[in-house]
Amino acid sequence: MTALVPAPYRVAASREETDDTQTLELVPVEGERIPYEPGQFTMIYGFGAGEVPISISGDPGVAGTLVHTVRAVGPTTEMLCSLSVGDEVGIRGPYGRGWPGPERDRDDLVLVAGGLGLAPLRPAIYRALAERERFQRLVLLYGGREPDQLLFRDELEEWADGEEIECEVIVDAAHPGWRGRVGVVPSLIERLDLDPERTTALVCGPEVMMRYAAAALLELGIAPRRLHLSMERNMRCAVGHCGHCQWGSSFICRDGPVLDWATVGPRIGVREL
Amino acid sequence: MREISELLEEIEVLQGLEPVDRDLVAGCGVNAVFSDGDYLIREGEPATTFFAIRHGTAAVEIATRSGSPLVIETLHEGDVVGWSWLFEPHRSRFDVRAVGDLRVIAFDGACLRGKCEADHDLGFELMGRFARLICERLQTTRLRLLDVYGSPVGGAVGAGSGDP
Repeated sequence: MTALVPAPYRVAASREETDDTQTLELVPVEGERIPYEPGQFTMIYGFGAGEVPISISGDPGVAGTLVHTVRAVGPTTEMLCSLSVGDEVGIRGPYGRGWPGPERDRDDLVLVAGGLGLAPLRPAIYRALAERERFQRLVLLYGGREPDQLLFRDELEEWADGEEIECEVIVDAAHPGWRGRVGVVPSLIERLDLDPERTTALVCGPEVMMRYAAAALLELGIAPRRLHLSMERNMRCAVGHCGHCQWGSSFICRDGPVLDWATVGPRIGVREL
Repeated sequence: MREISELLEEIEVLQGLEPVDRDLVAGCGVNAVFSDGDYLIREGEPATTFFAIRHGTAAVEIATRSGSPLVIETLHEGDVVGWSWLFEPHRSRFDVRAVGDLRVIAFDGACLRGKCEADHDLGFELMGRFARLICERLQTTRLRLLDVYGSPVGGAVGAGSGDP
């Protein structure tokens, strides 16, 4: 059962994203870093603290390091956020089904992120930028609570200044120094002028935000099969055995975390699930 | 130079008015320009004017105890700024400030209210359109009240699933 045996990784760098969120660059203590697809996650074991599922947030095209962005919300993630360079963790995975590629070449790709949801989407952005010729338009819409709660701010600026990706950022509230938008992500979607017939949308963020974002994308005419969301449930084993993350007939760890709206839509509003 | 009545088609809430209504509304509007930091609307003052943004950004602000205002919404090209002109007691509830150079159509609220009184079909039409606008902004306000990004659990894998 090698899928359940953690491999030791060492912290090569830890960068503060916000007051409670760190990005960890990990390198394997032995051998090569695991290959992965954008949208997949690993189980990170903080020795003596516990194990949690964390999305991979790095560039799949960059060899050597495995990057995760972790928010401290409990004992294990607090421990992971406090790690220093040289400390070790256990990694198993990668697990789950990640973001799909474009259905056809030269399609448009819209990525909609909220809060920490930019982390699992970042590998898809790197991949899309590396294969830029496969897309017509690349659009990133990102919403956060306040400007200082946004992830990857340097990259957001770089993307916004460049011409490869259209990047719009919106926050719930801000002080007057903020020159960007204030409002909610669906309001950005409503303003999109795109051809729904050739658009694929990837959405990741708090579930409430995803529901409203999905509604706005469907309103634009994007087909349910081209609308993909990264779902979160209580994952433990990550291989579809324990059942903690069962959601309807799906195990989020194995069948997700990325699911299309045709699967998510009928379930997301069911309170009992 | 384009007439105000033509420009109304670029303002979402005023698009598709009957030509006669469009001319009546346009008759209450004039072009105006604001510079970065200028206030379009001040909290507590009589709401005599509302604005339709042709180009630029306006920030809706509320004063906080710290003295630094909080921006609670930004409005952009095609958006309307202000509806207090339409409802009693016709007083503005928030400050609205230009962020960068801002070009707008400024409408005389009393002028338009008078036309709505004289022509109830126009009044009904405008009331319906502004009610829809208010509903949309109420929905976005409710969404923000949920503070979805501040929740310790929920969102991407890694937001704390399995780490209560």
